[in-house]
Amino acid sequence: MSLLYDIFIGPFAQMADSPDFLAQVLWEGFVSGILYALIALGFVLIFKASGVFNFAQGIMVVFAALTLVGLYQKGVPALLALVLTIAVMGLLALAVERFIMRPLVNQPHVILLMATIGLTYFLVGLGELVFGGEPKQMITTELGLPSGSTEIPFGQQGVVILQHIDIAAAVIALVMVAGLAFFFNRTRIGRALRAVADDHQAALSVGISLHQIWAIVWFASGIVALATGIMWGARSDVSFALEIIALRALPVLILGGFTSVPGAIVGGLIVGIGEKLGEIYWGPLLGGGIESWLAYMIALIFLLFRPQGLFGERIIERV
Amino acid sequence: MTRSTGDVILNVENVSLRFGGVKAVTDISFDIRKGEIRAIIGPNGAGKTSMLNVINGVYHPQKGTITFKGRVRKAMQPYQAAKSGIARTFQNVALFKGMSTLDNIMSGRYLRMRSNFLWQLFYLGPARDEEIAHRRKVEEIIDFLEIQHVRKVPVGKLPYGLQKRVELGRALAMEPELLLLDEPMAGMNLEEKEDMSRYILDVNHEFGTTIALIEHDMGVVMDLSDRVVVLDYGRKIADGTPSEVKANHAVLAAYLGVAHQEKSR
Repeated sequence: MSLLYDIFIGPFAQMADSPDFLAQVLWEGFVSGILYALIALGFVLIFKASGVFNFAQGIMVVFAALTLVGLYQKGVPALLALVLTIAVMGLLALAVERFIMRPLVNQPHVILLMATIGLTYFLVGLGELVFGGEPKQMITTELGLPSGSTEIPFGQQGVVILQHIDIAAAVIALVMVAGLAFFFNRTRIGRALRAVADDHQAALSVGISLHQIWAIVWFASGIVALATGIMWGARSDVSFALEIIALRALPVLILGGFTSVPGAIVGGLIVGIGEKLGEIYWGPLLGGGIESWLAYMIALIFLLFRPQGLFGERIIERV
Repeated sequence: MTRSTGDVILNVENVSLRFGGVKAVTDISFDIRKGEIRAIIGPNGAGKTSMLNVINGVYHPQKGTITFKGRVRKAMQPYQAAKSGIARTFQNVALFKGMSTLDNIMSGRYLRMRSNFLWQLFYLGPARDEEIAHRRKVEEIIDFLEIQHVRKVPVGKLPYGLQKRVELGRALAMEPELLLLDEPMAGMNLEEKEDMSRYILDVNHEFGTTIALIEHDMGVVMDLSDRVVVLDYGRKIADGTPSEVKANHAVLAAYLGVAHQEKSR
């Protein structure tokens, strides 16, 4: 009886008790959800256009952030470093297209997956070689990102604390997602991206060059990786350990669907908020620490009942 | 039905294509003249689709040359063929199944849209004007093919006959100089075949598009085409007007079989 109370009533009573704390938890969940969504977005872009699960997405986040900070530490002004980092991500995209995608076109997907694992180790090595392996401080203020926090009164005497950097992260992420969704649906290149994703042969027959499209998606996901790197870097620091957060994006992808930009956002929010709520209110029942596996659990349930995710393209098959 | 047809637009000379030990196409030569409907026929496995794939740049023949618009082509990629003015449809419809009819046909405008990547990114100025202009052209094609009612439907959900029509629409959107149709009427009922025949004739007459057509339905071929080339086991066995080809012994033998000598044993 008391167990049922702890599961179904206790947590909600707690929430009603201190609404300001609940709001704080929801905000934190929202922010980490947005960041998950950003990582998932990087995966979605590449998966959509080439059917490749890019294992290297995590390290691309680290590599982008590392390049930015590393250049700054070598004396390059912050904004110039940002521009140079974007250029580096562009070069990386061209190189990936030329040396990985092009020679491996028409190979089974698992081979491309292996290639991206190879890319991961290559980038780890390159990053350490050029910028060193020790953790670095993200240059948030130098880039003009806000710091500090605002306290908003909430309820009777409660307050909710909003970190300015979190607000900035949310705004940047939303702008990026809106832009990408629009780009995909309304423009010539967006249409070509979807065309390539759908049918290589047919895409070629209308004159779409696969090489060009792949370079563009890898570049776009490099930019997303850079944004993610700056935001995550600002919350902890820039180190190779960040690579692991990429795996956090897996449940997000399963929830949202591997091919959907809005799906990445909604999936990210569900995972981010769900994790925080679960950890705070239901965690103590299981001795805590459920934040690290709850998302995978939800993903597993999704796989059983809706494998294409919430927003994934319906698998249309004629028999 | 002889129409005035112009100069040779595509010339295939002594083309041979092998896959390992399998000879798909052996020493084939023929030409296509500007403005005509040229049929390629033959029994299953005769090498018709291989021939189309060679013209379209999907396969690179080991021997022979292809001259398109007076320029001899080296091995080229399909997207380069598209750039030079060749559009095609596929035997087993190859559409972008998740995209709407409208978007599928819009994708045919890809090469005709020129605006810069950065403009595209923000959907500003030139990019938007361009999108609107091309949209108008696409709507014309949609009207022409009478598929207004499925404009917004993902093509994966359309019946086969309509998918074939959308695919033709996408090829037309490219405003090609040479249109390759790989069995545009396969799997259609009589009514759909008649519709499709009408569209093909209209495209040829109204837009003056040169068409190379692979088709199994002999009635259709005889009615539509100006000249016919017949393949069998990867070799050319006849070439001429429909009536010439119909009277050719080799063609009859390929299609109906010859009386076997053993029977008299």
